[in-house]
Amino acid sequence: MYNEWLYIGLFMIVGLIIPVGAIAVAWLLGPKKSNPIKQSTYECGIETVGDTWVQFKAQYYIFALVFLVFDVEVVFLFPWAVRLGQLGLFAVVEGIVFVGIVVAGLIYTWRKGMLEWA
Amino acid sequence: MQEFLTDPLKVAADWLIGVLGAWGMPAAAAIVLVSFLGIFLLIALLMLVDIFLVWVERKVVARFQDRLGPNRVGPFGLIQPFADIIKLLIKEDITPSVADKVVYNLAPMLAMMAVLMLWAVVPLAPVILSVDLNVGALYLIAAGAISTLAIIMAGWSSQNKYALIGAFRQVAVLVSFEIPMVATLLIPAILAGTMGLNGIVQAQDTWFVFLAPLGALIFLIAAIAELGRVPFDMGEAESEIVAGFNVEYSGMKFGMFYASELLHAFTFGGFWMIMFFGGYRFLGLEKVSPFLAVAVMLAKAMLGYWVIMWVKYTMMRIRIDHMLAFNWKFLTPLALLLMLVMAFLHVLLRDASGLLYGASMFGANVIIGLVALEAARRHSRRERVRVSRPAEGQPAGA
Repeated sequence: MYNEWLYIGLFMIVGLIIPVGAIAVAWLLGPKKSNPIKQSTYECGIETVGDTWVQFKAQYYIFALVFLVFDVEVVFLFPWAVRLGQLGLFAVVEGIVFVGIVVAGLIYTWRKGMLEWA
Repeated sequence: MQEFLTDPLKVAADWLIGVLGAWGMPAAAAIVLVSFLGIFLLIALLMLVDIFLVWVERKVVARFQDRLGPNRVGPFGLIQPFADIIKLLIKEDITPSVADKVVYNLAPMLAMMAVLMLWAVVPLAPVILSVDLNVGALYLIAAGAISTLAIIMAGWSSQNKYALIGAFRQVAVLVSFEIPMVATLLIPAILAGTMGLNGIVQAQDTWFVFLAPLGALIFLIAAIAELGRVPFDMGEAESEIVAGFNVEYSGMKFGMFYASELLHAFTFGGFWMIMFFGGYRFLGLEKVSPFLAVAVMLAKAMLGYWVIMWVKYTMMRIRIDHMLAFNWKFLTPLALLLMLVMAFLHVLLRDASGLLYGASMFGANVIIGLVALEAARRHSRRERVRVSRPAEGQPAGA
Protein backbone atom coordinates (compact mmCIF):
# COMPACT_ATOMS: atom_id res chain seq x y z
CA MET A 1 0.00 0.00 0.00
CA TYR A 2 0.96 3.64 -0.18
CA ASN A 3 2.31 5.72 2.65
CA GLU A 4 0.23 5.79 5.83
CA TRP A 5 1.27 9.33 6.58
CA LEU A 6 -0.09 10.49 3.26
CA TYR A 7 -3.40 9.16 4.48
CA ILE A 8 -3.07 11.14 7.72
CA GLY A 9 -2.38 14.20 5.59
CA LEU A 10 -5.56 13.57 3.60
CA PHE A 11 -7.43 13.14 6.86
CA MET A 12 -6.13 16.51 8.00
CA ILE A 13 -7.34 18.19 4.82
CA VAL A 14 -10.83 16.69 5.01
CA GLY A 15 -10.94 17.40 8.74
CA LEU A 16 -10.24 21.04 7.99
CA ILE A 17 -12.72 21.25 5.10
CA ILE A 18 -15.68 20.32 7.32
CA PRO A 19 -15.40 23.13 9.91
CA VAL A 20 -14.28 25.64 7.28
CA GLY A 21 -17.33 24.71 5.22
CA ALA A 22 -19.68 25.01 8.19
CA ILE A 23 -18.35 28.43 9.14
CA ALA A 24 -18.38 29.60 5.52
CA VAL A 25 -22.02 28.55 5.12
CA ALA A 26 -22.92 30.37 8.33
CA TRP A 27 -21.11 33.44 7.03
CA LEU A 28 -23.07 33.27 3.77
CA LEU A 29 -26.47 32.70 5.36
CA GLY A 30 -26.21 35.01 8.35
CA PRO A 31 -27.28 38.65 8.32
CA LYS A 32 -24.58 41.27 7.92
CA LYS A 33 -25.64 44.21 10.04
CA SER A 34 -22.50 45.11 11.83
CA ASN A 35 -22.09 48.04 14.19
CA PRO A 36 -19.32 49.15 16.57
CA ILE A 37 -21.22 48.07 19.69
CA LYS A 38 -21.70 44.58 18.35
CA GLN A 39 -18.04 44.29 17.49
CA SER A 40 -16.75 45.57 20.80
CA THR A 41 -15.12 43.27 23.31
CA TYR A 42 -17.48 41.50 25.64
CA GLU A 43 -16.49 41.92 29.26
CA CYS A 44 -19.80 41.68 31.09
CA GLY A 45 -21.08 44.92 29.65
CA ILE A 46 -18.20 46.93 31.10
CA GLU A 47 -15.81 48.69 28.76
CA THR A 48 -12.39 47.08 28.62
CA VAL A 49 -9.71 48.83 30.64
CA GLY A 50 -6.20 48.81 29.23
CA ASP A 51 -4.51 46.38 26.93
CA THR A 52 -5.26 42.66 27.11
CA TRP A 53 -1.87 41.51 25.92
CA VAL A 54 -0.06 42.21 29.15
CA GLN A 55 2.61 40.33 31.05
CA PHE A 56 1.04 37.33 32.66
CA LYS A 57 1.48 35.21 35.74
CA ALA A 58 4.82 33.39 35.63
CA GLN A 59 3.34 30.41 37.44
CA TYR A 60 2.05 28.98 34.20
CA TYR A 61 5.52 29.17 32.72
CA ILE A 62 6.97 26.96 35.47
CA PHE A 63 4.34 24.31 34.88
CA ALA A 64 5.04 24.39 31.18
CA LEU A 65 8.76 23.90 31.85
CA VAL A 66 8.19 20.90 34.12
CA PHE A 67 5.78 19.50 31.57
CA LEU A 68 8.33 19.82 28.80
CA VAL A 69 10.86 17.68 30.68
CA PHE A 70 8.32 14.95 31.28
CA ASP A 71 6.97 15.04 27.76
CA VAL A 72 10.39 14.51 26.24
CA GLU A 73 10.96 11.71 28.71
CA VAL A 74 7.76 10.01 27.64
CA VAL A 75 8.76 10.05 24.00
CA PHE A 76 11.81 8.00 25.00
CA LEU A 77 9.74 5.69 27.16
CA PHE A 78 7.32 4.59 24.43
CA PRO A 79 9.81 2.50 22.43
CA TRP A 80 11.12 1.13 25.71
CA ALA A 81 7.59 0.06 26.72
CA VAL A 82 6.88 -1.62 23.41
CA ARG A 83 10.05 -3.71 23.38
CA LEU A 84 10.05 -4.47 27.09
CA GLY A 85 9.04 -8.10 26.68
CA GLN A 86 12.15 -8.84 24.59
CA LEU A 87 14.60 -6.66 26.49
CA GLY A 88 14.23 -8.29 29.89
CA LEU A 89 14.89 -7.25 33.44
CA PHE A 90 17.93 -5.08 32.74
CA ALA A 91 15.81 -2.76 30.60
CA VAL A 92 13.32 -2.40 33.44
CA VAL A 93 16.11 -1.30 35.78
CA GLU A 94 17.30 1.15 33.15
CA GLY A 95 13.75 2.47 32.83
CA ILE A 96 13.51 2.91 36.59
CA VAL A 97 16.79 4.84 36.64
CA PHE A 98 15.67 6.99 33.72
CA VAL A 99 12.31 7.85 35.30
CA GLY A 100 14.09 8.31 38.63
CA ILE A 101 16.33 11.03 37.19
CA VAL A 102 13.34 12.96 35.88
CA VAL A 103 11.36 12.45 39.08
CA ALA A 104 14.37 13.85 40.96
CA GLY A 105 13.82 16.99 38.89
CA LEU A 106 10.18 17.03 39.94
CA ILE A 107 11.15 16.63 43.60
CA TYR A 108 13.65 19.48 43.23
CA THR A 109 10.91 21.71 41.80
CA TRP A 110 8.60 20.62 44.59
CA ARG A 111 11.16 21.34 47.34
CA LYS A 112 11.92 24.72 45.79
CA GLY A 113 8.24 25.52 46.26
CA MET A 114 7.60 26.12 42.57
CA LEU A 115 4.62 23.78 42.56
CA GLU A 116 2.77 25.98 45.04
CA TRP A 117 0.24 28.33 43.50
CA ALA A 118 1.44 31.66 44.83
CA MET B 1 -20.82 -11.15 -1.42
CA GLN B 2 -19.32 -13.37 1.25
CA GLU B 3 -16.18 -11.32 1.15
CA PHE B 4 -18.13 -8.09 1.48
CA LEU B 5 -19.54 -9.28 4.79
CA THR B 6 -16.12 -10.07 6.22
CA ASP B 7 -14.10 -7.18 4.83
CA PRO B 8 -16.45 -4.54 3.41
CA LEU B 9 -13.97 -1.67 3.19
CA LYS B 10 -11.41 -3.56 1.13
CA VAL B 11 -14.04 -4.93 -1.26
CA ALA B 12 -15.62 -1.52 -1.77
CA ALA B 13 -12.23 0.16 -2.21
CA ASP B 14 -11.00 -2.47 -4.67
CA TRP B 15 -14.19 -2.21 -6.68
CA LEU B 16 -14.05 1.58 -6.82
CA ILE B 17 -10.37 1.60 -7.75
CA GLY B 18 -11.16 -0.95 -10.48
CA VAL B 19 -13.98 1.17 -11.86
CA LEU B 20 -11.89 4.34 -11.83
CA GLY B 21 -9.01 2.48 -13.43
CA ALA B 22 -11.33 1.26 -16.17
CA TRP B 23 -12.28 4.89 -16.81
CA GLY B 24 -8.64 5.56 -17.53
CA MET B 25 -7.61 7.15 -14.24
CA PRO B 26 -4.01 6.53 -13.10
CA ALA B 27 -3.80 4.01 -10.26
CA ALA B 28 -2.21 6.43 -7.77
CA ALA B 29 -4.86 9.08 -8.37
CA ALA B 30 -7.62 6.48 -8.04
CA ILE B 31 -6.23 5.33 -4.68
CA VAL B 32 -6.02 8.89 -3.39
CA LEU B 33 -9.56 9.65 -4.58
CA VAL B 34 -10.96 6.50 -3.00
CA SER B 35 -9.25 7.15 0.34
CA PHE B 36 -10.51 10.72 0.14
CA LEU B 37 -14.05 9.36 -0.24
CA GLY B 38 -13.53 6.93 2.62
CA ILE B 39 -12.30 9.67 4.95
CA PHE B 40 -15.19 11.87 3.93
CA LEU B 41 -17.63 9.07 4.75
CA LEU B 42 -16.06 8.50 8.17
CA ILE B 43 -16.05 12.19 9.02
CA ALA B 44 -19.63 12.60 7.82
CA LEU B 45 -20.59 9.72 10.11
CA LEU B 46 -18.72 11.41 12.95
CA MET B 47 -20.51 14.71 12.37
CA LEU B 48 -23.82 12.84 12.45
CA VAL B 49 -22.79 11.21 15.74
CA ASP B 50 -21.75 14.66 16.94
CA ILE B 51 -25.19 16.11 16.19
CA PHE B 52 -26.74 13.20 17.99
CA LEU B 53 -24.40 13.80 20.95
CA VAL B 54 -25.87 17.28 21.46
CA TRP B 55 -29.22 15.61 22.04
CA VAL B 56 -27.69 12.90 24.26
CA GLU B 57 -25.87 15.46 26.37
CA ARG B 58 -28.96 17.61 26.90
CA LYS B 59 -31.17 14.63 27.60
CA VAL B 60 -28.74 13.03 30.05
CA VAL B 61 -28.02 16.23 31.97
CA ALA B 62 -31.77 16.71 32.22
CA ARG B 63 -32.22 13.26 33.71
CA PHE B 64 -29.37 13.87 36.16
CA GLN B 65 -31.05 17.07 37.29
CA ASP B 66 -34.51 15.52 37.41
CA ARG B 67 -35.81 17.34 34.34
CA LEU B 68 -37.19 16.08 31.05
CA GLY B 69 -34.80 17.74 28.62
CA PRO B 70 -35.71 18.51 25.01
CA ASN B 71 -39.01 16.78 24.28
CA ARG B 72 -40.97 19.08 21.94
CA VAL B 73 -39.24 18.93 18.56
CA GLY B 74 -39.79 15.51 17.07
CA PRO B 75 -40.10 12.23 18.99
CA PHE B 76 -38.19 12.50 22.30
CA GLY B 77 -36.88 15.84 21.04
CA LEU B 78 -34.64 14.07 18.54
CA ILE B 79 -34.96 16.83 15.94
CA GLN B 80 -33.84 19.46 18.48
CA PRO B 81 -30.13 19.44 17.52
CA PHE B 82 -31.03 20.02 13.86
CA ALA B 83 -33.10 23.03 14.89
CA ASP B 84 -30.09 24.23 16.90
CA ILE B 85 -27.85 23.89 13.86
CA ILE B 86 -30.22 25.88 11.65
CA LYS B 87 -30.27 28.57 14.30
CA LEU B 88 -26.46 28.64 14.48
CA LEU B 89 -26.21 28.78 10.69
CA ILE B 90 -28.35 31.92 10.35
CA LYS B 91 -26.62 33.80 13.14
CA GLU B 92 -24.51 36.79 12.21
CA ASP B 93 -20.81 36.09 11.85
CA ILE B 94 -19.13 38.45 14.32
CA THR B 95 -15.42 39.10 14.67
CA PRO B 96 -14.57 41.61 17.40
CA SER B 97 -12.95 44.70 15.92
CA VAL B 98 -9.91 44.46 18.20
CA ALA B 99 -9.35 40.72 17.68
CA ASP B 100 -6.51 39.25 15.68
CA LYS B 101 -8.72 38.32 12.73
CA VAL B 102 -6.83 35.43 11.16
CA VAL B 103 -5.98 33.64 14.39
CA TYR B 104 -9.43 34.30 15.79
CA ASN B 105 -11.16 32.67 12.83
CA LEU B 106 -8.69 29.83 12.55
CA ALA B 107 -9.05 28.67 16.16
CA PRO B 108 -12.53 27.05 15.97
CA MET B 109 -11.57 25.27 12.76
CA LEU B 110 -8.41 23.90 14.35
CA ALA B 111 -10.35 22.80 17.42
CA MET B 112 -12.68 20.72 15.27
CA MET B 113 -9.87 19.40 13.10
CA ALA B 114 -7.87 18.28 16.13
CA VAL B 115 -10.72 16.08 17.29
CA LEU B 116 -11.50 14.69 13.84
CA MET B 117 -7.85 13.81 13.29
CA LEU B 118 -7.84 11.58 16.34
CA TRP B 119 -10.25 9.29 14.50
CA ALA B 120 -7.67 8.52 11.85
CA VAL B 121 -6.27 5.75 14.05
CA VAL B 122 -9.40 4.53 15.83
CA PRO B 123 -10.09 0.89 14.96
CA LEU B 124 -13.86 0.53 14.57
CA ALA B 125 -13.52 -3.15 13.70
CA PRO B 126 -10.58 -5.46 12.91
CA VAL B 127 -10.83 -4.52 9.24
CA ILE B 128 -12.68 -1.19 9.46
CA LEU B 129 -10.08 1.36 10.39
CA SER B 130 -8.59 4.28 8.58
CA VAL B 131 -4.94 3.56 9.13
CA ASP B 132 -3.22 1.23 11.56
CA LEU B 133 -0.25 3.36 12.56
CA ASN B 134 2.42 1.44 14.44
CA VAL B 135 2.85 4.51 16.65
CA GLY B 136 -0.89 4.91 17.29
CA ALA B 137 -0.67 5.79 20.97
CA LEU B 138 1.98 8.42 20.29
CA TYR B 139 -0.12 9.82 17.45
CA LEU B 140 -3.03 10.28 19.84
CA ILE B 141 -0.92 12.50 22.07
CA ALA B 142 0.55 14.43 19.16
CA ALA B 143 -2.77 15.05 17.41
CA GLY B 144 -4.46 15.78 20.72
CA ALA B 145 -1.96 18.58 21.32
CA ILE B 146 -3.48 20.54 18.43
CA SER B 147 -6.58 21.22 20.52
CA THR B 148 -4.33 22.88 23.11
CA LEU B 149 -3.05 25.09 20.32
CA ALA B 150 -6.61 25.95 19.27
CA ILE B 151 -7.49 26.98 22.82
CA ILE B 152 -4.49 29.25 23.29
CA MET B 153 -5.14 30.76 19.84
CA ALA B 154 -8.76 31.48 20.71
CA GLY B 155 -7.91 32.97 24.08
CA TRP B 156 -5.03 35.08 22.87
CA SER B 157 -6.60 36.45 19.71
CA SER B 158 -9.93 37.41 21.31
CA GLN B 159 -8.38 40.42 23.05
CA ASN B 160 -10.55 39.75 26.06
CA LYS B 161 -9.16 39.28 29.55
CA TYR B 162 -11.60 36.56 30.45
CA ALA B 163 -10.66 34.66 27.33
CA LEU B 164 -6.97 35.09 28.04
CA ILE B 165 -7.25 33.90 31.64
CA GLY B 166 -9.39 30.98 30.53
CA ALA B 167 -6.94 29.96 27.84
CA PHE B 168 -3.94 30.15 30.18
CA ARG B 169 -5.70 28.12 32.83
CA GLN B 170 -6.88 25.55 30.34
CA VAL B 171 -3.44 25.13 28.85
CA ALA B 172 -1.84 24.81 32.29
CA VAL B 173 -4.32 22.05 33.08
CA LEU B 174 -3.89 20.37 29.71
CA VAL B 175 -0.13 20.20 29.86
CA SER B 176 -0.15 19.09 33.50
CA PHE B 177 -2.60 16.26 33.11
CA GLU B 178 -0.92 15.08 29.95
CA ILE B 179 1.81 13.47 32.08
CA PRO B 180 -0.33 10.99 34.06
CA MET B 181 -2.33 10.31 30.91
CA VAL B 182 0.73 9.42 28.89
CA ALA B 183 2.17 7.40 31.76
CA THR B 184 -1.00 5.32 31.92
CA LEU B 185 -1.04 5.07 28.12
CA LEU B 186 2.29 3.32 28.48
CA ILE B 187 0.61 0.51 30.44
CA PRO B 188 -1.43 -0.89 27.50
CA ALA B 189 1.67 -0.46 25.35
CA ILE B 190 3.70 -2.55 27.81
CA LEU B 191 1.02 -5.20 28.17
CA ALA B 192 0.30 -5.48 24.45
CA GLY B 193 3.87 -4.99 23.27
CA THR B 194 2.72 -2.55 20.58
CA MET B 195 1.65 1.07 20.20
CA GLY B 196 -0.78 0.36 17.37
CA LEU B 197 -4.35 0.69 18.59
CA ASN B 198 -5.51 -2.32 16.62
CA GLY B 199 -2.72 -4.37 18.14
CA ILE B 200 -3.66 -3.20 21.62
CA VAL B 201 -7.28 -4.24 21.06
CA GLN B 202 -6.21 -7.59 19.60
CA ALA B 203 -4.01 -8.26 22.64
CA GLN B 204 -6.88 -7.89 25.08
CA ASP B 205 -8.02 -11.46 25.48
CA THR B 206 -8.53 -10.35 29.04
CA TRP B 207 -9.44 -6.69 29.17
CA PHE B 208 -6.58 -4.59 30.47
CA VAL B 209 -8.89 -3.07 33.05
CA PHE B 210 -8.63 -6.37 34.96
CA LEU B 211 -4.84 -6.17 34.85
CA ALA B 212 -4.60 -2.44 35.49
CA PRO B 213 -7.75 -1.12 37.19
CA LEU B 214 -5.84 1.75 38.76
CA GLY B 215 -4.30 2.62 35.41
CA ALA B 216 -7.76 2.77 33.85
CA LEU B 217 -8.96 5.06 36.63
CA ILE B 218 -5.99 7.43 36.33
CA PHE B 219 -6.46 7.52 32.57
CA LEU B 220 -10.11 8.47 33.01
CA ILE B 221 -9.28 11.28 35.46
CA ALA B 222 -6.54 12.62 33.21
CA ALA B 223 -8.78 12.33 30.16
CA ILE B 224 -11.52 14.36 31.83
CA ALA B 225 -8.94 17.02 32.66
CA GLU B 226 -7.68 16.92 29.05
CA LEU B 227 -11.23 17.51 27.88
CA GLY B 228 -11.58 20.49 30.18
CA ARG B 229 -14.89 19.26 31.49
CA VAL B 230 -16.26 19.59 35.01
CA PRO B 231 -14.74 19.03 37.58
CA PHE B 232 -11.68 20.29 35.69
CA ASP B 233 -13.34 22.95 33.52
CA MET B 234 -10.88 25.68 34.42
CA GLY B 235 -10.89 27.14 30.94
CA GLU B 236 -14.61 27.78 30.87
CA ALA B 237 -15.65 28.16 34.53
CA GLU B 238 -18.87 30.07 33.80
CA SER B 239 -19.26 31.39 37.32
CA GLU B 240 -15.73 32.82 37.42
CA ILE B 241 -14.65 33.96 33.99
CA VAL B 242 -17.93 34.04 32.03
CA ALA B 243 -17.14 31.41 29.40
CA GLY B 244 -13.37 31.39 29.34
CA PHE B 245 -11.47 31.07 26.11
CA ASN B 246 -14.56 31.08 23.87
CA VAL B 247 -16.34 34.07 25.41
CA GLU B 248 -15.96 36.16 22.25
CA TYR B 249 -17.25 33.48 19.93
CA SER B 250 -20.81 33.33 18.66
CA GLY B 251 -22.83 31.66 15.94
CA MET B 252 -21.23 28.80 14.06
CA LYS B 253 -17.75 29.54 15.40
CA PHE B 254 -19.01 28.93 18.91
CA GLY B 255 -20.87 25.93 17.53
CA MET B 256 -17.58 24.48 16.33
CA PHE B 257 -16.07 24.78 19.81
CA TYR B 258 -19.16 23.22 21.33
CA ALA B 259 -19.35 20.41 18.81
CA SER B 260 -15.64 19.69 19.12
CA GLU B 261 -15.94 19.56 22.90
CA LEU B 262 -18.72 16.98 22.73
CA LEU B 263 -17.00 14.90 20.08
CA HIS B 264 -13.76 15.13 22.03
CA ALA B 265 -15.47 13.69 25.09
CA PHE B 266 -17.00 10.92 23.00
CA THR B 267 -13.62 10.23 21.42
CA PHE B 268 -11.90 9.95 24.77
CA GLY B 269 -14.69 7.68 25.98
CA GLY B 270 -13.78 5.56 22.96
CA PHE B 271 -10.05 5.66 23.74
CA TRP B 272 -10.71 4.65 27.30
CA MET B 273 -12.59 1.65 25.97
CA ILE B 274 -9.90 0.84 23.39
CA MET B 275 -7.07 1.01 25.91
CA PHE B 276 -8.65 -0.79 28.82
CA PHE B 277 -11.99 -2.34 27.88
CA GLY B 278 -11.18 -4.32 24.76
CA GLY B 279 -12.27 -1.81 22.12
CA TYR B 280 -14.51 -3.50 19.57
CA ARG B 281 -14.20 -6.90 21.27
CA PHE B 282 -17.16 -8.17 23.21
CA LEU B 283 -18.06 -11.85 23.70
CA GLY B 284 -16.55 -12.74 20.34
CA LEU B 285 -19.11 -10.63 18.49
CA GLU B 286 -16.34 -8.98 16.48
CA LYS B 287 -15.57 -12.31 14.83
CA VAL B 288 -19.14 -12.70 13.59
CA SER B 289 -19.26 -9.60 11.46
CA PRO B 290 -17.29 -6.34 11.19
CA PHE B 291 -20.57 -4.45 11.27
CA LEU B 292 -21.32 -5.89 14.71
CA ALA B 293 -17.82 -4.87 15.80
CA VAL B 294 -18.50 -1.28 14.72
CA ALA B 295 -21.75 -1.33 16.68
CA VAL B 296 -19.94 -2.68 19.76
CA MET B 297 -17.22 -0.04 19.45
CA LEU B 298 -19.68 2.84 19.12
CA ALA B 299 -21.80 1.49 21.97
CA LYS B 300 -18.73 1.21 24.18
CA ALA B 301 -17.59 4.71 23.26
CA MET B 302 -21.06 5.94 24.18
CA LEU B 303 -20.75 4.14 27.51
CA GLY B 304 -17.38 5.78 28.13
CA TYR B 305 -18.91 9.14 27.18
CA TRP B 306 -21.74 8.46 29.61
CA VAL B 307 -19.25 7.86 32.44
CA ILE B 308 -17.58 11.18 31.60
CA MET B 309 -21.00 12.89 31.66
CA TRP B 310 -21.82 11.16 34.92
CA VAL B 311 -18.69 12.63 36.52
CA LYS B 312 -19.43 16.02 34.96
CA TYR B 313 -22.92 16.33 36.38
CA THR B 314 -22.18 15.01 39.85
CA MET B 315 -18.94 16.80 40.74
CA MET B 316 -18.17 20.38 41.67
CA ARG B 317 -15.44 22.40 40.06
CA ILE B 318 -12.04 22.09 41.76
CA ARG B 319 -9.95 25.19 42.34
CA ILE B 320 -7.03 25.50 39.95
CA ASP B 321 -4.30 25.43 42.62
CA HIS B 322 -5.83 22.32 44.17
CA MET B 323 -6.12 20.78 40.77
CA LEU B 324 -2.53 21.36 39.74
CA ALA B 325 -1.28 20.26 43.16
CA PHE B 326 -3.39 17.12 42.84
CA ASN B 327 -1.82 16.43 39.49
CA TRP B 328 1.84 17.18 40.21
CA LYS B 329 2.03 15.94 43.79
CA PHE B 330 -0.28 12.96 43.59
CA LEU B 331 -1.37 11.77 40.17
CA THR B 332 1.95 12.11 38.32
CA PRO B 333 4.11 10.24 40.87
CA LEU B 334 1.37 7.65 41.27
CA ALA B 335 1.03 7.07 37.54
CA LEU B 336 4.80 6.79 37.04
CA LEU B 337 5.16 4.42 39.97
CA LEU B 338 2.31 2.27 38.72
CA MET B 339 3.80 2.18 35.24
CA LEU B 340 7.22 1.09 36.53
CA VAL B 341 5.76 -1.56 38.83
CA MET B 342 3.69 -2.96 36.00
CA ALA B 343 6.69 -2.97 33.68
CA PHE B 344 8.69 -4.84 36.33
CA LEU B 345 5.94 -7.41 36.92
CA HIS B 346 5.37 -7.82 33.20
CA VAL B 347 9.01 -8.76 32.63
CA LEU B 348 9.33 -10.80 35.81
CA LEU B 349 6.22 -12.91 35.22
CA ARG B 350 6.17 -13.13 31.43
CA ASP B 351 6.80 -16.89 31.58
CA ALA B 352 4.54 -17.51 34.58
CA SER B 353 1.03 -18.94 34.26
CA GLY B 354 -1.76 -16.62 33.15
CA LEU B 355 -3.50 -16.78 36.50
CA LEU B 356 -0.42 -15.81 38.51
CA TYR B 357 0.37 -13.04 36.04
CA GLY B 358 -3.15 -11.62 36.16
CA ALA B 359 -3.52 -11.96 39.91
CA SER B 360 -0.22 -10.24 40.71
CA MET B 361 -0.92 -7.42 38.25
CA PHE B 362 -4.36 -6.86 39.74
CA GLY B 363 -3.02 -7.20 43.28
CA ALA B 364 -0.23 -4.68 42.63
CA ASN B 365 -2.77 -2.19 41.29
CA VAL B 366 -5.08 -2.59 44.25
CA ILE B 367 -2.26 -2.31 46.80
CA ILE B 368 -0.74 0.79 45.15
CA GLY B 369 -4.19 2.33 44.88
CA LEU B 370 -5.07 1.70 48.52
CA VAL B 371 -1.72 2.96 49.81
CA ALA B 372 -1.96 6.11 47.68
CA LEU B 373 -5.53 6.71 48.82
CA GLU B 374 -4.55 6.31 52.47
CA ALA B 375 -1.61 8.69 52.02
CA ALA B 376 -3.89 11.27 50.40
CA ARG B 377 -6.44 10.85 53.18
CA ARG B 378 -3.79 11.37 55.89
CA HIS B 379 -2.44 14.40 54.11
CA SER B 380 -5.87 16.01 53.76
CA ARG B 381 -6.64 15.29 57.42
CA ARG B 382 -3.41 17.06 58.44
CA GLU B 383 -4.22 19.87 56.07
CA ARG B 384 -7.71 20.34 57.51
CA VAL B 385 -6.28 20.55 61.04
CA ARG B 386 -3.66 23.04 59.87
CA VAL B 387 -6.22 25.26 58.16
CA SER B 388 -8.72 25.19 61.01
CA ARG B 389 -6.08 26.13 63.58
CA PRO B 390 -5.21 29.86 63.53
CA ALA B 391 -1.65 30.60 62.48
CA GLU B 392 0.96 31.20 65.18
CA GLY B 393 1.24 34.72 66.48
CA GLN B 394 -2.09 35.78 65.03
CA PRO B 395 -5.29 36.20 66.99
CA ALA B 396 -8.04 33.72 66.15
CA GLY B 397 -10.37 34.86 63.43
CA ALA B 398 -7.82 37.23 61.92
